[in-house]
Amino acid sequence: MKKPKKKSDVVENVMTVRNVDVFYGSNHAVKDVSLDIRKNQITALIGPSGCGKSTLLRCLNRMNDNIEICKITGEVKYDGQDIYDKNVDVVALRARIGMVFQKPNPFPKSIYDNVAYGPRIHRLAENKQQLDDIVENSLKKAGLFAEVADRLADPGTGLSGGQQQRLCIARAIAVEPEVILMDEPCSALDPIATAVIEELMEDMRLNYSIVIVTHSMQQAARISQRTAFFHMGELVEQGATSKIFTLPKDERTKSYITGRIG
Amino acid sequence: MTERSLTDMAGLAARHRAEKRFRWYGIIAITISLGFLAVMVVSIGSRGIGAFSQTRIALSIHFDEAIVDPLGKRNTAELSRSNTNALIRASLNELFGQVQLPSERRALYALVSIGGAYELQAALEKRPNLVGQTKTMWLTASDDVDIFVKKGINPALDPALRRLKPNQISWLESLQQQGQLQRKFNTSFFTNGDSREPEMAGFLGALVGSALSLLVCFAISFPIGVLSAVYLQEYAKKGRLSRIIEVNINNLAAVPSIVFGLLGLFIFINILHLPRSTPLVGGLVLALMTLPTIIIASRAALRAVPPSIREAAIGLGASKTQTTFHHVVPLAMPGMLTGTIIGMAQALGETAPLLMIGMVAFVVDIPTGILETATSLPVQIFLWADSPERAFVERTAAAIMVLLSFLVVMNLAAVLLRRRLERRW
Repeated sequence: MKKPKKKSDVVENVMTVRNVDVFYGSNHAVKDVSLDIRKNQITALIGPSGCGKSTLLRCLNRMNDNIEICKITGEVKYDGQDIYDKNVDVVALRARIGMVFQKPNPFPKSIYDNVAYGPRIHRLAENKQQLDDIVENSLKKAGLFAEVADRLADPGTGLSGGQQQRLCIARAIAVEPEVILMDEPCSALDPIATAVIEELMEDMRLNYSIVIVTHSMQQAARISQRTAFFHMGELVEQGATSKIFTLPKDERTKSYITGRIG
Repeated sequence: MTERSLTDMAGLAARHRAEKRFRWYGIIAITISLGFLAVMVVSIGSRGIGAFSQTRIALSIHFDEAIVDPLGKRNTAELSRSNTNALIRASLNELFGQVQLPSERRALYALVSIGGAYELQAALEKRPNLVGQTKTMWLTASDDVDIFVKKGINPALDPALRRLKPNQISWLESLQQQGQLQRKFNTSFFTNGDSREPEMAGFLGALVGSALSLLVCFAISFPIGVLSAVYLQEYAKKGRLSRIIEVNINNLAAVPSIVFGLLGLFIFINILHLPRSTPLVGGLVLALMTLPTIIIASRAALRAVPPSIREAAIGLGASKTQTTFHHVVPLAMPGMLTGTIIGMAQALGETAPLLMIGMVAFVVDIPTGILETATSLPVQIFLWADSPERAFVERTAAAIMVLLSFLVVMNLAAVLLRRRLERRW
């Protein structure tokens, strides 16, 4: 499947994964996975623990590069380029494909510095005013600005869990990525904070393409347009979320979404 | 379901007893260690407190122009070299006119320290207009006089074995009656370098020597130690080589310090021909010794930085070096400083390696740079403890007090610095 070139085409793929295998030492964690990430859609990766969905997610911006025993084969394309190509600069790649982690991990710095860090290292702002604007806009897009506007100098670690996670989202947005990878972003949050973030993701979809790993099938059903079901390192089934949850083709998918396995 | 009592259970009393017993063990252990500390502080303090005062003799000195400035030029350089000894002798002769025999006169002159002449020279250099005047000057007494004033004489001792002869004692008693023999605050102990005469010996030279050595040690071991730790922990591939390096660093931390002294002697002095007995070489040797401690502590501090911080930075597109130096190292810095302080405190108290590179030399001058010969506080303590003069006993104890105070000040400064760094979250 080639990436459609026409701009008008709604089902434009921002990333394509082809025949990817991932090994952690002798453990074959991801087996021959091919997957498309659609532009301006939320793609949910679901499956039981240890099924390789987080591993695959981390391959999408080469976070696994830092793990020495991790070996990846296959092809991951972003915007038509193989991101594992020798010429690709991983720093530039991660500026285009941002990431939000399972546990909120703000830097032990001020709220302002947390958001400003990415733009600073990528030199996105020419002066203090521009940087201020980036910080403000990012916090606004993450739905956090109203809550922290008068205490930007306070430590980011002093916020509540849900606020911290939105701070991490703002931090990722500040670098102006195209794709945002989210690794179970709500698993450490209470239902109210989760609802806030889900709502936020729905808005963010207009500007970004989102890949989310989630343990919660309800969450996948609520927020995603496409769903991919993983089991034992294999991609069992992928497709429109509505179809996966109503008419799963594979028996394993059916068992999982009805709660019999996983 | 059987009924269970909330107030009584099998073994409950025994458990409470065990808990109480354990608490007492802890209290006893802490009391014992605090007791030892108190004994140490009291014994050193009571012994060393005497060194902070010094007996002085008041003499009416006539600054005879014919003796100190025969040419009448009032040249300060000339005045600072003038024969002030003659002034002291003249004053003593006047005071005790009946003493005529040369041997008795020598005994009389011996009451005043040879430092007395230096004090007069210094006074003349500062105020040349003293020439021709007569003034009462408090001059440092010799160490035997000092001990006599502080401790009295031991009546049980055979007079022939005493340091002071009967006639000296009678002179001193007459001086005491006139109020011309008094204990004054011992400023020279704080401002002088070492001396063969206990009454003139001070610790400033050793203190400065120690400070300069530590400065060199810190300037070398801290950056090298921290960068080695950062490289080993964050950059180096984990493999056989890095394991061998790690084991060797751990072993180096346990190597006796005198071995580092020998190594320093061989490399820095015999091969590199750096000047011996200097804070530069001393600091280099101490740095060798401190490095393993700093590396081990720094690696532990780096390991303690949560991986989520690294992932957060990497996920934003920070390079390895940006991640390390913007986030990981600042978070590990308090731990690294703790390790450095432990290492520096060890280095401050270290004697053996300094003996090997010649910092045990008798140094009178106060060093002004890292290329001048110097000694250090622990070596000074060692030297004084080894000296036969009784007056060095209290100076040894006082020098230990100074060393301990230096240590306390250094640790306090480090703790404050660390707290400031930690306050940035």
